[in-house]
Amino acid sequence: MIASPPRKPAVLRICLLLASIAVTACGLEAQDWVRTGTNLGVSKIRIAAADFKAGSADPQTGGLKSAFDQTLYNDLRYAGIFDVVSKSMIPNVMPGTPQEINLPQWAAEPSNAAMVAFGTLAVSAGHLSVQGFLYDTHSTQNPQVLGKQYGGEPTADASRQIAHRFADEIIERLGGVAGIAETKIYYVSSRGGNKEIWVMDYDGMNERQLTHLGTISLSPHVSPDNSRVAFSSLGKNGWSIRMFSLDLGRLSAFPAWGGTTLSPGWSSDGTKLAFSSDRSGDPEIYMSDATGNGARRLTAFRGPDVSPVWNPKTNAQIAWVSGRTKLPQIYVMDSDGANISRMTDGGYAISPSWSPSGQFLTFAWDRKYGPGAPGGYDIYVMDIASKRWTQLTHDSGANDFPSWSPDSRHIVFQREQNGHTEIWMMLADGTDQQQLTHGGGSNTMPNWSWK
Amino acid sequence: MQYLNRKSLIVAASLAAVLTVAGCHKKNPAPPPPPAPPATAPTPMATITAEPATISPGGSSVLTWHTSDATNVSIVGLGQVASSGTQTVQPTQTTSYHLIAQGDGGSADATATVTVASSAPPAPAPITESGIDENAFEAAVKPVFFDYDSYDVRPDAQSTIQANANFLNQHPELKVVVGGYCDERGSTEYNLALGENRANAAKQALVTAGVSPDRLRTVSYGKEKQFCTDHTEACWQQNRRSQFTLDQ
Repeated sequence: MIASPPRKPAVLRICLLLASIAVTACGLEAQDWVRTGTNLGVSKIRIAAADFKAGSADPQTGGLKSAFDQTLYNDLRYAGIFDVVSKSMIPNVMPGTPQEINLPQWAAEPSNAAMVAFGTLAVSAGHLSVQGFLYDTHSTQNPQVLGKQYGGEPTADASRQIAHRFADEIIERLGGVAGIAETKIYYVSSRGGNKEIWVMDYDGMNERQLTHLGTISLSPHVSPDNSRVAFSSLGKNGWSIRMFSLDLGRLSAFPAWGGTTLSPGWSSDGTKLAFSSDRSGDPEIYMSDATGNGARRLTAFRGPDVSPVWNPKTNAQIAWVSGRTKLPQIYVMDSDGANISRMTDGGYAISPSWSPSGQFLTFAWDRKYGPGAPGGYDIYVMDIASKRWTQLTHDSGANDFPSWSPDSRHIVFQREQNGHTEIWMMLADGTDQQQLTHGGGSNTMPNWSWK
Repeated sequence: MQYLNRKSLIVAASLAAVLTVAGCHKKNPAPPPPPAPPATAPTPMATITAEPATISPGGSSVLTWHTSDATNVSIVGLGQVASSGTQTVQPTQTTSYHLIAQGDGGSADATATVTVASSAPPAPAPITESGIDENAFEAAVKPVFFDYDSYDVRPDAQSTIQANANFLNQHPELKVVVGGYCDERGSTEYNLALGENRANAAKQALVTAGVSPDRLRTVSYGKEKQFCTDHTEACWQQNRRSQFTLDQ
C-alpha cells in the first residue's frame, strides 16, 4: 500500500529536496527545482479549464467534447506547474467565446483562477474544429494570452490530440518549456503472450503494438527524431539489436551481432548508438554509428557491462551499469572510454537515464541488496557533479527503468506490486505518481520520446 | 479515466482487494438491457484477456479486464465484477469468458477464451545422427549452478564440468548451446549480461577440460526463462545456472 507522504507546502517540500541534493541555499529566492530551468517547485499558477461549449448539434459532438475536456484537464494537471482548479469549484458555465466569458466570475472564490482556458468544439460536415482561448482573469485591458484554432477528423483520438496540442501551447506559454502532452512512451508488454514493443501517448491512452516477433523483445529506445525504435530481441542466434522503422511501420535492416547484444542507447543527435555486446567473450560497452556500422569497444573489464545512455546535452559522456566490482553500480565515462568515474557507493544500482539538461541521472537502486534483505528497489535522482542523491519512491513495490521526460519535469518508470508490473509516471521530485497502464500482462521498460 | 490520484488509487486498490477477498463473484442474474443511450454519454469500452490462453487440464489462467465509462460490469458465468480487475480461473474444459460493460452511453463487450489442451502424448524428441536425443543428452550433461550474483564456476561444479566434458569428448559430433540463467531478483537488462557471463564461464570451463570452443555457443536468458517460480532461496538457486542443450 502506498504510504502518503506528509503534506507539506510545495515550496517547503522543494526546499527540503534542495537541501538534500544540492547546490544552493533555499529560501531567499523561490529557486527553481535544482535549477533545471523547468519551474518545477516555484509557486504554481492557478488555472481553470472550463468545459468547452458544444458548437454544433451533431450527435458526435458530446463524445468528442468529453474526450477533449478530460484530456485538457489531465494535461494541465500533470504538467507539474499548475494548481488546477477542480471541476467542482469552477463556475457552472461554458463560455464558448471571449464575448461570453465573465472573467471576474473566474477570478472570484471559490475558483480563484489566475488563468482560464475555454472555447468551443464543433463537428460539421465530418470535420472537427476547436477554438481555444487562454485568458488572464486579472487583466482588464488585454486579457487574451492565447487564441488558437484547430481542426481534424471527428474521432475521439483526434479530439484528444487537439487537446494535447492546446495544452502544450498553454504549458509552453506559461511554463517557459515545451510541454510533453504530445510525447509518446515506448515500452514492453507481454499481453499477447510474448514480450513485444508497444507505444502509447504519455497519458497512457492510445496503446498500440509495434512488433509482432513472437519472441522476447526488450529495451526499446526511440531515436531523437522519432523515426526509429532500437530494441533487443532474442533470436535463434541469441540477442541482437533490432530496428523498427516508425515511418515504414516495420523492421528495418540492422546488423545482427548475435551472442548477447543488448540495451541500445541513442546519442541525442541521432548519429550514434551505444550498446552492450559479448562479442569479446565478456559483456562490454560498444558504440557504433546509427546504422550499426563502425563499432568500437569502449570498456575492458571482466564482468557485466550493460545499459549505456549518452549525456544528451553534450554526447561526450556515457553512463552505464557495470558489475566489475561484483554488485552492479552506475558509472560515467567519456564517450571514448576514458575518465571512468563510479557514481554509486554500494547496493545494487541499475537502469540509468540522463536528464535532458545533462545535470542529473535517474536510476533504480536497492541500497540494502543482499541475501535475506527484503530488496526495496526505488527510483533515485543524482546530481552528477556532486554525486548527491535523493530518493523519489518509497515503500511501494519494486521500481525500475526510470526514463526522463523531454521537459525534465517528469519521470516514467515501471513498478511491480502484487506480482503485476505496470508503468507509472511522476514529477521529477517524486510527487504526483500516476499509473499509466492497467494489466493485460506485464508492462515494463518505458522509454520517453525525445519530443 | 486512466488516472487516479494517490488517494483514490488506494481506495480503488482496497476496494478491489475487498471485492476479491469477499468473493463478489456470486452468480448474479444478468442485468436488464440498458435504456437507449443519451447522445452525450461516452460509449463504454471493454477489454479482457486470459493469460495463459491455453492451459493443461487442472491448470489455471488469469483473466484481466478493463472497462471505462461503464456503470455495470459483469462476466457471464462469474457475475458482476469491478470495472477493472483480475481473477484466476480453473476451467475444466475450454471456456469463453464474456465481459459485458454497460453504461449511460451504451454497452460494450469482449471475450477471452481459455483453451484446455487435451493431454496428448508428448511428441517424440528429435534424434541426432549419433542417436543421442535431448533426453539422453540432458541426462548426461548436467547443469552447473552459481552463487548469488556470481559467475564464477564453483569448486563443487568442477566434477560436473569434467563429467560433461568427458561425455562431449566421447561424442565429438554434438554441438551445444550453453545457456546462462539468473534468478528473478534484480534488473532485466543486468541479468541478461550476468547470464552471459555465466554461460561464458561454463563454456570456458568446458574448453579448459578439452572441449573445442567451436562446438559451444552461448546464449543468455537472464531472468526471462525460469526453471522454478517460487520466491525462495532454494528456487533462486535452481535458476542461477548454466544449462546445456543440443544445438540443432
